[in-house]
Amino acid sequence: MKPPAFRLPTLREAGTEARLLLIGIPVLIWTMVPIYHMFLFAISPKEDAFSGKLWPTHPTLHNFHIVFYQQHYFLRDFWIQFWNSCVIAAATGALTLLIATAAAFAISRLRVPGGRWVMNLALFTYFIPAAFLAVPMYRTMGTYGLLNNHWALILAMVTIASPYAIWVLKQASDKLPVELDEAAIMDGASIPQLFRLVYVPLMMPSLVAIGTYAVLLAWNEYLYAFLLLSNDKEITLPVALGNFLAADDSPWELLMTTGFIYALPPAAIYYTFKRYMVGGLTAGAVKS
Amino acid sequence: MAITLSASELPSAPLSARLSTPQVWGIAMLVPYLLVFLAFVVYPVCYGLWLARHPASYVALFHDPIFARAAVNTLIFLVIGINFKMLVALFLSGFFIQERSWIKWLSVLFILPWAVPSIPTILSVRFMLNPEWGVVNQLIFKFTGDDGPNWLNDPTVALTMAIGMHIWKSLPFWTLILMTGRLAIPGDLFEAADVDGASWWQKFRFITWPSMQILYITCTLLSMIWTLGDFNSVYLLTGGGPADLTHVLATLGIRYLRLDQLDMSMAAIVCALPLVLPLVYFMMKRLSR
Repeated sequence: MKPPAFRLPTLREAGTEARLLLIGIPVLIWTMVPIYHMFLFAISPKEDAFSGKLWPTHPTLHNFHIVFYQQHYFLRDFWIQFWNSCVIAAATGALTLLIATAAAFAISRLRVPGGRWVMNLALFTYFIPAAFLAVPMYRTMGTYGLLNNHWALILAMVTIASPYAIWVLKQASDKLPVELDEAAIMDGASIPQLFRLVYVPLMMPSLVAIGTYAVLLAWNEYLYAFLLLSNDKEITLPVALGNFLAADDSPWELLMTTGFIYALPPAAIYYTFKRYMVGGLTAGAVKS
Repeated sequence: MAITLSASELPSAPLSARLSTPQVWGIAMLVPYLLVFLAFVVYPVCYGLWLARHPASYVALFHDPIFARAAVNTLIFLVIGINFKMLVALFLSGFFIQERSWIKWLSVLFILPWAVPSIPTILSVRFMLNPEWGVVNQLIFKFTGDDGPNWLNDPTVALTMAIGMHIWKSLPFWTLILMTGRLAIPGDLFEAADVDGASWWQKFRFITWPSMQILYITCTLLSMIWTLGDFNSVYLLTGGGPADLTHVLATLGIRYLRLDQLDMSMAAIVCALPLVLPLVYFMMKRLSR
């Protein structure tokens, strides 16, 4: 069936390849243009950036130098804001994992009465568009006295991340054989031991996926961050990026440089954990 | 078949003494989530509904031309934007399952918009479209000698750009999902069709589509629900402008909040509920099986 390897492609095969390229090249351009534009600004000196060139005459890393040494009015708190983003993302990931794993274990393995009901409540929350909850959440955080406090954003992000986390973890733990639990109980394991020594190790791939999901969600969040935090020393990086828009003469090359730095960690995390994400999340996202 | 069930089936005394222990533990392990749910979902939702209790807010809302415009924009976003996006995703999912090494590489790059945060890329596009300094108009000037249009200053163009931004961001995700759907179709169906000399359209019509239509419809509905909450694509690209003509419901709520009209903000969201709740109910039915 297989044609010899050295022969020329037939007209028909060349046609297929050409048609595939005709789709592939526009897709590549469409995908890369905004990202390339951001990168181009990051490596361009100010005068090149605004000249509409597709490659700067004098590429430079000077913009990165300005950002790292906070040498601009808009960037005076860059490292604090970077740190804020890190803390909030890490705390959201850890808390979501803790809450969601416990809940999924209780619903799926311990078959708590009313567990299905809790699952439905969680799913319902998952489907409420987050922007709809933003205004009441903002007022609620004010009532709790948490505005301008990192806990406000962490708790809001945990609220948004945990329904999906519980659902994915429940789906995954339903697949573990019951015999494992039975055997462990027979051997005299207590429930905490069962959770720690049997359940968590077996669930590791899903836990990595969910942890990554929650961390990225919190790192990328703009709307809640800008509603709940306003002080320059408390805000996260995306809010700081949005604040660049406040001025008419914003230094766009610095904005793009900061944006580029801000986009690197989630992209790196995404590609590192891609196999978990694809297996654990996208398959669970839409069950056909 | 939980351990509690299997334990209760066993007659021996020591196990039946443990019977309630797992359930006590289970309830204790559910408590953290229930607390979060009560404090940050139930309370805010009730508070929001309470804020929106006055009929006067709705009267004011319906007299606000910006609300009517935002509702229309939201519908355009959902009905035209999402369906177009899903059709493209369906088409591209067929492209990305082709076995070529360059397509594998392309798919790695293709996922980038989904993997990077949306704020920097939206701002990047916003600056590309800047009428004076943006690269788009600079290129138009270079090649034609004419000044390009003021892209974000025309409500129709600006809304189209916002929809384009949304598509740019979420197309990779839905393409990936539809790819898994396509890959789940048994290959011998296509081989048999090839033997029978079926055209690509017949293969799509009689093999691909019947196996994927439920997934496709679920994805479309889910994408519509999520897009209702897409604040960034509109707010960061157009800011709702020009003249508040490109707002969608997600950004309108924040606009009223900024103007300190909380009741209007909540009323606008309550008005969207008849649209959202049936979709949510349908999705819950599908996913909670």
